[in-house]
Amino acid sequence: MSERLLEIDGVSKEYRLGQINGRTLQHDLASWFARVRGKEDPNTKIGADAARIHNGTLHALSGVSLNVDRGDALAITGRNGAGKSTLLKLISRITLPSEGEIRIHGRVASLLEIGTGFNPELTGRDNIYLNGAILGMNRAETTSKLKDIIEFSEIGPFIDTPVKRYSSGMYVKLAFAVAAHLDPDILICDEVLAVGDLAFQQKCLNKMRDVAREGRAVLYVSHNMRTVAELCNRGVYLEGGKLLYDGTTERAIELYGGSGIRDLDRDLDVMPRPKLRGESIRMKRMCMKNTDNLEYPMDSAMEFTLSGVSNVSDPRLRLRVTLFSSMAAPVTMTQSDPFEIRAGESFHLNVRMPLDSLAPGEYGMKLSLLSGTPKGKSSYYDTIDDVGHFVILEDAAVNAGFKWSTRKWGHVRLKPLEIH
Amino acid sequence: MQNNKSYWDTIIRPRRGWFDIDFKGLIHYRDLIWLLVKRYFTLMYRQTILGPLWIVLQPLLTTVIFTVVFGNIAGLPTDGMPKFLFYMAGNILWQYFSSCLTNTSNTFINNRNLFGKVYFPRLCMPISTVCSQLINFFVQFALFLIFVVYYAVQPNSAVQPNARLILLTPLLLIQLGLLGLGFGVIVSALTTRYRDLAMLVAFGTHLWMYFSPVTYSSSMIADKYPSLLGLYMLNPITPVIELFRAAYLGAADYSLKYNAISLGVTLAVLMLGVVLFSHTEKTFMDTV
Repeated sequence: MSERLLEIDGVSKEYRLGQINGRTLQHDLASWFARVRGKEDPNTKIGADAARIHNGTLHALSGVSLNVDRGDALAITGRNGAGKSTLLKLISRITLPSEGEIRIHGRVASLLEIGTGFNPELTGRDNIYLNGAILGMNRAETTSKLKDIIEFSEIGPFIDTPVKRYSSGMYVKLAFAVAAHLDPDILICDEVLAVGDLAFQQKCLNKMRDVAREGRAVLYVSHNMRTVAELCNRGVYLEGGKLLYDGTTERAIELYGGSGIRDLDRDLDVMPRPKLRGESIRMKRMCMKNTDNLEYPMDSAMEFTLSGVSNVSDPRLRLRVTLFSSMAAPVTMTQSDPFEIRAGESFHLNVRMPLDSLAPGEYGMKLSLLSGTPKGKSSYYDTIDDVGHFVILEDAAVNAGFKWSTRKWGHVRLKPLEIH
Repeated sequence: MQNNKSYWDTIIRPRRGWFDIDFKGLIHYRDLIWLLVKRYFTLMYRQTILGPLWIVLQPLLTTVIFTVVFGNIAGLPTDGMPKFLFYMAGNILWQYFSSCLTNTSNTFINNRNLFGKVYFPRLCMPISTVCSQLINFFVQFALFLIFVVYYAVQPNSAVQPNARLILLTPLLLIQLGLLGLGFGVIVSALTTRYRDLAMLVAFGTHLWMYFSPVTYSSSMIADKYPSLLGLYMLNPITPVIELFRAAYLGAADYSLKYNAISLGVTLAVLMLGVVLFSHTEKTFMDTV
């Protein structure tokens, strides 16, 4: 069993609403007076996520438990407001949990926002010392790493220039260099690679991977799934303040990309569409057949029925299905032969989509009804960008005994090579 | 191994009690305090022509104004001491105290961006402020000593420094710094909730100065309102300034009775401040 660095044990974080806004005595008195008269508190935050609010309390995290060992490069995925940042804030001791306990072995360094604590008037060198001290290094430690930091940051001759004269890229490079050389046992990175050129981003990723390889741990939060997939060897998925999944990075990314629509019978009428779509022809309902969990073996086929109504006639209408990877990149497209549709009639299509050549993994589906123009363009009647996800199951036997690696090989599985 | 409590370096739990203060962390981060002091001096006089000269110019100018306004125009008695020296003594002490107080009182508000991103013992900030002000004070103090010597060597001078009381100077300075720190952190902890206090501080310290023997002597209170003297001396600043004047300017006999009370008040304020501050620092990010 490898050495444990972090244990998160049933941690919850609640934010009191309304009361947290009390900035002045006057506001507090106003809140109190409103309560006395039984009216709504004028200082209550509006627009907050209603589902998670009970008695004026927002549950940003509820009952999260998680362990991190040496060598883990852990991806924390989840949409905005899922509680990722709150979790990182608790681990980095910026605020305290309402319940539960977090146990840490060793030093934590967080890169929550790069360059925090930099003072624009001070020189790069002074800022290295100051930032190092803020992150918990003493002078001697910083001095011993100064050379590495300067080298890594690529700042070179500008090290004795006030950082207010730095470009934003130089700023980030220097800040990352300081934090990365702190030798933390746990390195927390939250959207840190948004700035900086590609080469430097790659350098940072490599450095972070080294951190994990050297037997420390990295907690990585980013909406850039490419870097997540590249860096992390483990993933968790948060939704609505709860930890829903703990396992492989691939699955955590899939969950992040997933719309969560796994219903077999879908009401398409209510789904969002781009502007001006779904007016003359509108898809209304989609029923999945021959499956009960939307997981398909390789080389099988998906079957569903699609119904809707039309206000126009088109003799050459087509149905198109576009597939997306869990990182929202288009994978491929397939469409039907043209069929006729008449104004004022409803339509009911039995669709079969062969899934040959799709690699194992999770895919998102986009549905469109369109007709082709003479110039080879598409003229759309109705489009739904995300009707739901399905999964192609891994089966090494189909692939000559090899487990498919999407990261290395992509999403398309060609027929075997023929050697004559 | 992992079940062993001592294996974990940090255990983060919900806030418990009032006396959960991270002194160990403060010692670990002592280099940060020093760097913050250094930063203060690097930044303070950037882009000024006179630079650090302001440290001595400021009290000199105020002292001259005090001497003219309170000494010459208002004609307040200065216990027979040279007016300039009398006001300077009160002035540099008051400046030291009030700058400690006002500069620490906005700790949370001014640093909320930094505090929201990374953890370190928040007390580093106000402590470094007090240290910076102390260094400032030493410069002014050196200037003051020059004047003391100048006046003391005059023939028949009223200035008779008291060597025994002078030995108490370090204690006085520490006490004054801690008092400023104590009040400052109380205010900073409370301003996270009530911003009104920030307004009150500037006004309050100004008012406070007139309730302290900065521009006059407490013997004046003793003469005019003897019944109020006991109450007046409860102001923890008053005995400090009085003792300082007695030490460097001279006084026939000085009783340390009020200084003992003042020291007690200081420690109480400091303790209250640190407890309140530590209580606030843990969750103030949810409030600010």
